[in-house]
Amino acid sequence: MKVYNIVQRYLSMKRLFAVLLASSLCASAAAAQQDWIRTGTGLGVEKVRLAAADFKPTTTEPPAPELLKVFNDTLFADLENAGIFDMVSKSFYPLQVPGTPAEMNLGAWSNPPPNASMVAFGNLGAAAGQVSVQGWLFDVKNAQSPQVLGKQYREAATTENARLIAHRFANEIIFRLGGGIQGVAESKIFFISDRSGHKEVWEMDYDGANQKQVTRLGEISLSPRVSPDGSRVAFSAIGSGGSNILMWSLELNRLVTFPRFGGTNASPAWSPDGKLIAFSSSRSGDPELYVADSASGAGLKRLTNYRGTDISPCFNPKSGAQIAFVSGRTGLPQIYVMDADGANLQRMTDGGYAVSPAWSPNGQFLLFAWFRKYGPGEPGAQDIYIMDVASKQWVQLTTGAGRNDFPSWSPDGRHIVFQSNRSGSDQIWTMLADGTNLHQLTTQGRNTMPNWSFR
Amino acid sequence: MASSLALEDEVKENRLKWLIVIASFAILMTVSGCKKKETPPPPPPPPPPAPTASLSANPSAIERGQSTTLSWQTQNATDVTLEGIGGVEPSGSRQVTPADSTTYRLTAKGPGGTKDATARVTVTVPPPPVQAGPSDEQLFAQNIRDAYFDYDKYDVRPDAQQALQADAQFLAQHPSIRFTIEGHCDERGSTEYNLGLGDNRASAAKNFLVQNGVSADRIKTISYGKEKPFCTESNETCWQQNRRAHLVYQK
Repeated sequence: MKVYNIVQRYLSMKRLFAVLLASSLCASAAAAQQDWIRTGTGLGVEKVRLAAADFKPTTTEPPAPELLKVFNDTLFADLENAGIFDMVSKSFYPLQVPGTPAEMNLGAWSNPPPNASMVAFGNLGAAAGQVSVQGWLFDVKNAQSPQVLGKQYREAATTENARLIAHRFANEIIFRLGGGIQGVAESKIFFISDRSGHKEVWEMDYDGANQKQVTRLGEISLSPRVSPDGSRVAFSAIGSGGSNILMWSLELNRLVTFPRFGGTNASPAWSPDGKLIAFSSSRSGDPELYVADSASGAGLKRLTNYRGTDISPCFNPKSGAQIAFVSGRTGLPQIYVMDADGANLQRMTDGGYAVSPAWSPNGQFLLFAWFRKYGPGEPGAQDIYIMDVASKQWVQLTTGAGRNDFPSWSPDGRHIVFQSNRSGSDQIWTMLADGTNLHQLTTQGRNTMPNWSFR
Repeated sequence: MASSLALEDEVKENRLKWLIVIASFAILMTVSGCKKKETPPPPPPPPPPAPTASLSANPSAIERGQSTTLSWQTQNATDVTLEGIGGVEPSGSRQVTPADSTTYRLTAKGPGGTKDATARVTVTVPPPPVQAGPSDEQLFAQNIRDAYFDYDKYDVRPDAQQALQADAQFLAQHPSIRFTIEGHCDERGSTEYNLGLGDNRASAAKNFLVQNGVSADRIKTISYGKEKPFCTESNETCWQQNRRAHLVYQK
């Protein structure tokens, strides 16, 4: 990625764009053509050179071989996608792969060709309807006490559980080696899909597995946002009476009551403590931003009062004290930030067509979709941008033709899920927060408006 | 002296004359009924009774093509006629099918005189059959025009004003029609923002109609953003088609 290379050239050490820690510094570095920001660690943390060996089988009868394959593939993908590892290519692995600590030969891994710092290894077997996994993480450069992690897992023998165990083990490794931030291997992405014939809310694992339909309303459902505690999904649906905010309980697997406010109601957003819902409503005759109690919809309070669409609110998830949103009050939509009570309005973008703000978990950055050269007859694409809130410096993350929209942060702040039509139709994609490592997660139907869960 | 004898004859003649006179007189008296007693003269014989007549129509109000029954009764009449029909029995009934409102006259004649009676039948013309003309919904579809908007705008531009003014006139002539205004956007731009823009377009069209005399309670609004396009090509012709306030008849 061109931007990434420019970043590398200007940094003295191998600071990594993608690793965002809570204490990261944000400074804008003036470059020749473009302003861009260092979203790096500030502490010179290198990417850990990690090898993840295929786990060895302890049993050979089905379903063990199939479960083993699913486990190995999932574990490697989780670690490779974590954004904090320099994964050792499997082609460099020693021929003898350990299944237990007794079989581990530290030198074979720490020396060239692998040159690994850390090695994950273990074994998996299936018997009596149960799958059992043992996994270790060894610091192969520490001959005295190499063991960093030792875990055991046992679940019912299904591919679902093989995947689940791999996710859990990967998360453990990420947590240990990634500076204490929880991994996202068990997180979910909610999105809109029309593959059933109507736009409905769907859910999938963070890596695109297990795609399943959540709502079955037969209307036009949009803008899913899962609650911080993971119990409900707020969204909007256009029915015969107009567009309303609806609440789906994931625990009860049905809609739960939420008021109808009149007019067009859209784009719900949760406060980080889960107590408030912000949304847009045209109940007064013009779309404005409101907040209300998230459980009952009571305590409706209006936040904006300006002619022109005000929509797409997003709370600062670190403080809950600010809201970013989109307003058309000056013409084409722009990104604004205000206090959660509506005061201290700040305009963040200086032109073009800017929509879909998403505030980073550490409270420092805004992602949004920006069509900088916009209007009839203007060429150009709509791309995902990242902006430092304090300095308003920004960096373009996606390039090329096509429309990219609806970015959403992973809970560890290292990944972005977004919608792109670069493959020919609207699909859900993920990438690291530096714009690298793109993965297409969906292929069936048209898939849009992704939202990454809070954990 | 012939004269005494003559005198005697004369007296005898006089006496005879007087006897004849009295006898005649007596015969006359007897013959002429003059009694010797005094009685009042007998009353004249009564004149013949006057005819009576009554006429009614049941029902008295019909639609053209329907029939009604005339019923009549007469007394002391020898010649009863019903106007338009001719001679009829003194009492009876007859079914008639007048094409227009008619007053029927019954005339009863008898030795005692003539008597008339009338009955009025009101004939209404039924309304023409409904299938002949278009319904409100058809008229709406034929006459109502949508309002189109510029890119990212919800101002009612001149051509849209003309369309909505014509719509307002039509709606004034059909005051029972109710409808919904849908706000639509073209495919460019973001789903959420377009929901707001569609809402603004529907509201702008509604406000313009209200200012031109259409009662607000006849109008509902709904925004579809870019979710329900009228065409899907990626060119300005199609995009303009989609940037509209679309009026829909409400059943």
